[in-house]
Amino acid sequence: MARVEFTDNLQKHLACPPMTAPGGTVRAVLDAIFEENTTLRSYLLDDQGRLRKHVNIFINGEMIRDCSNLSDPVADNDRVFVFQALSGG
Amino acid sequence: MSDVFYVASRKGLFTYRRDGADWVSGAPAFLGEPVSAVLKDKRDGALYAALNLGHFGVKLHRSDDDGASWKELPAPAFAKSADGDENAPSVELVWTLAAGGADERDAIWAGTIPGALFRSDDRGESWKLIDSLWNQPERQGWFGGGYDNPGIHSVLVDPRDSAKLTLGVSCGGIWKSDDRGVSWRLAGRGLRAAFLPPEQTNDLNTQDPHRLALCKSAPDTIWCQHHNGVFLSRDGADTFEEIRDIPPAVFGFAVAAHPNDPDTAWLVPGVKDECRVPVDGKLIVNKTIDSGKTFFAMCDGLPQTPSYDLVYRHALDVDETGARLAMGSTTGNLWASDDGGQKWRALSRHLPPVSQVAFG
Repeated sequence: MARVEFTDNLQKHLACPPMTAPGGTVRAVLDAIFEENTTLRSYLLDDQGRLRKHVNIFINGEMIRDCSNLSDPVADNDRVFVFQALSGG
Repeated sequence: MSDVFYVASRKGLFTYRRDGADWVSGAPAFLGEPVSAVLKDKRDGALYAALNLGHFGVKLHRSDDDGASWKELPAPAFAKSADGDENAPSVELVWTLAAGGADERDAIWAGTIPGALFRSDDRGESWKLIDSLWNQPERQGWFGGGYDNPGIHSVLVDPRDSAKLTLGVSCGGIWKSDDRGVSWRLAGRGLRAAFLPPEQTNDLNTQDPHRLALCKSAPDTIWCQHHNGVFLSRDGADTFEEIRDIPPAVFGFAVAAHPNDPDTAWLVPGVKDECRVPVDGKLIVNKTIDSGKTFFAMCDGLPQTPSYDLVYRHALDVDETGARLAMGSTTGNLWASDDGGQKWRALSRHLPPVSQVAFG
């Protein structure tokens, strides 16, 4: 199972403790997580299912490349980190 | 007379309640988060707040206990494109929320960027895109005004007939429906867009109304603060007459219409498009009581030393009596008046930039 962790910045909006999901693609991993945490979907993905512009996902420290279709592969022992990009204001 | 108003700001939602002669602010909700729109639904008392979380998208919350607790609702959203179009839309901002008519108790309208209208029939628990407007061929001619994409900032529901809607679109003109959004037509004859090529100056579909305000007791009276000036309609926005030569300037964003007097309205002028600050650094509220024939520059209590306040299009409101007004600026100042705008007093000089004020 892949382990997925979320930025602390999400925790003030909704509970999202680390979770596990079967490997496959980033899309498959997220879909599995959204089945348990439906509200989280709109925080990470836009209306079209694309990764929001200021959300980043890393797999074992490497940023994913496909932010539209989320096709990057995720192996069962991978660690997936969901971050937010920094911004000012 | 309203004893409460709400302030949506760049960093939270503030509530001001009347306490004797004072307005007192409670603890902010959503502290640190941009609140783009607020609606107090007087039909059932519900309070709605739309957030634009930036990183995490547009969110919508409702409180059924006047802000003591909040429930997150699904925000208006576009359906996923079937063909995977990489340019398929996603809601970027809930720019305005409006209650439906008295006869459709659970109905809420939302105007968004990009320019779409959504309707909920269950107090925001679910939303439906109004396809009939989204699919208008003319929509392809709309363009952004200040934002990358066009948006709907004004949704007026006729108090006599909730099926009659009037929308203000920046930049996409004024649209009307007589059948609750089943069909639409362009309105706003008489509006003038000097920013367009000369042959398009009167093109209805590319006008930039900054804000529409309706007189509740005479709903065919609609005031329009437009990018190019101030316009008044007496036929429900079908046609407008331009009110020219208003001192000190005709440029601005906000307009409030008196709820019971169709000849009275308030505006907040700025220098011009390219310089969005008060004229000569003196902030005023321009009030007319004679349909725009004359204006009174209300400045008592407003900064007359160099001031750089801009009042956004939703950041001026009047209560149901026409006596109490509230106004907030991008500089974080907040003022209120008890006498129809004659005198103002500062309630705060240290708020975040204000996006909306709304009486409850």
